[in-house]
Amino acid sequence: MSLWTRITGWMVLLFGLGYFLLPLLGLFEFSLKARRGVYSLDAYAKVIGDPEFQATFAYSVMMALVTIIIGVLIVVPTAFWVRLKMPWARPYVEFITLLPLVIPAIVIVFGYIRLYNTSSFLPLTGTILGTNILLAMGYTVLALPYMYRAVDTGLRTIDVGTLTEAAQSLGAGWFTILGKIILPNVLVAVLSGAFLTFAIVIGEFTLAALLDRPAFGPYLQRIGANKPYEPFALSVIAFGITWACMGLIQLVTRFSKHTKAAS
Amino acid sequence: MAFLDLSHLEKSFGNNRVVKDFSLPVEKGEFVSFLGPSGCGKTTVLRMVAGFETPTAGKILIDGQDVTNLRPNQRNIGMVFQAYALFPNLTVAQNVGFGLKVAGVARAEIDKRVTEMLRLIGLPDKGPSYPFQLSGGQQQRVALARALAPRPRVLLLDEPLSALDAKIRVSLRAEIREIQRELGITTVFVTHDQEEALSISDRIVVMNGGIADQVGTPFEIYNRPTTRFVAGFVGTLNLIEAVAGPTGTAKIGDATVLLPEGHNQAPGGKLTLALRPEGLHLGHGRDVVLPATVTGVEFMGSVIRVDLTAMGTKFSLDTFNRPDAPPPKAGDETQVTFAARDLIVLAD
Repeated sequence: MSLWTRITGWMVLLFGLGYFLLPLLGLFEFSLKARRGVYSLDAYAKVIGDPEFQATFAYSVMMALVTIIIGVLIVVPTAFWVRLKMPWARPYVEFITLLPLVIPAIVIVFGYIRLYNTSSFLPLTGTILGTNILLAMGYTVLALPYMYRAVDTGLRTIDVGTLTEAAQSLGAGWFTILGKIILPNVLVAVLSGAFLTFAIVIGEFTLAALLDRPAFGPYLQRIGANKPYEPFALSVIAFGITWACMGLIQLVTRFSKHTKAAS
Repeated sequence: MAFLDLSHLEKSFGNNRVVKDFSLPVEKGEFVSFLGPSGCGKTTVLRMVAGFETPTAGKILIDGQDVTNLRPNQRNIGMVFQAYALFPNLTVAQNVGFGLKVAGVARAEIDKRVTEMLRLIGLPDKGPSYPFQLSGGQQQRVALARALAPRPRVLLLDEPLSALDAKIRVSLRAEIREIQRELGITTVFVTHDQEEALSISDRIVVMNGGIADQVGTPFEIYNRPTTRFVAGFVGTLNLIEAVAGPTGTAKIGDATVLLPEGHNQAPGGKLTLALRPEGLHLGHGRDVVLPATVTGVEFMGSVIRVDLTAMGTKFSLDTFNRPDAPPPKAGDETQVTFAARDLIVLAD
């Protein structure tokens, strides 16, 4: 590699890093200026000490966990079955899972409200539990493209058909095959999908606001509209959560010993 | 009654009939190989026995029980796959014990059986390893142990040696046969490798186009093929065009030979005779002697293959290597001879 190529490579890398990191640094720097004249963590202390922050964050974490469970229960068997028995249906299923990327969340939530309002056949919006279920279902739909792709990619790395037949010949039924063979072998992929789902749910605003649930997304928006420094501190926290999720994906991949290739 | 009885099996995928009226009784403890080219239906028959394919027609009986419509996990059949199919998330011991765990066997009994199986396959200390830490041959041994651990009624082997290198393939097939004999388990082995089938089986089923072309012992299949396909597929074969003579004779060139018993073609009709390379000899002194020209010589160690032309037909001749007698060279004029009893009369 020539010196000029190497220098060009470094320059492109530094430009890219600067493009992404400088605004973040600016954001972080501004979030530290809550106290006049000095850098401090006052904005962070205020935000973290706010009972509403704690309540909304805990609510969104809980909703994210419920969404992940529903997503795994729906997506893993579906992707498995499509790969095993209905490969012809894969393009259709992929198309359906991509729909949430092109249909705005506001359309989905208005559809939900129309279908499940208090005068409908299934009045889910009439109770808190019902609305929470509706929200979790909505989050599952929003996370579907990411969860399905992650799981499908995971399934592609194993010989689903032969492993299933091997387990069947040893007496295993479908639940055993899914729970003890397929799921553990795509666990890293499922966790990737789960962390992406977590990141989406934590920051989601539209569904939570229009279903009037005390989630973290609407709280972020409210703080942003009314306070000077706290929204920036919250943004840094939100970035931190997303990056932590990414880091966890890497960590899980690294420590998943049975997936290491033989050298 | 046969222990494994396949009766008039048929399988179609759409309009494509891949297995046609396939019947085969297999005795308890017998080792039967399905041999044939790709697409001949051998794997489909095996998969119907395993329960992964449903026959379009016909019955499968195991020890008198009709299993045709049972699910694969209800048949108690062990299967070894070409691609090993070990569960990557489980250790070797967990893989071997998987079938027993599914069956609800007690922990202590599983441990005992796993130890027994790992000793049987010669990997007693590999229990804690993961599949990716083993070589291909070791993985296939573990797959065999896993299939055998639940004491299945029938063992199915679907080209288990195809993914291995030549040396391991030879040693592992001997091990498989030894283990099969030791356990006395009824085994069906699918292969497209004739040497494998000939060396390992009690009986061979040569399949072609979805039907069993010939069923017989390796000796019968090799020495007495009944169809042109079997003769051509198993081993190398020289084909000789002849004219049928009176009372079971045939004319080859200028020589008249007496055909093996039971062959009485109408005089004047065309006949296809076959001869193995080891049935053809350099020199003279047997029933038929033909002038020949050497076209090539292939030194294969203990055996030398000589390619010749005689009567305008290409022949291959196998002779043992003798250090004191160098083989002929390409271009040499010579004679070849063979005994009439070594001729195989082929049906089309």
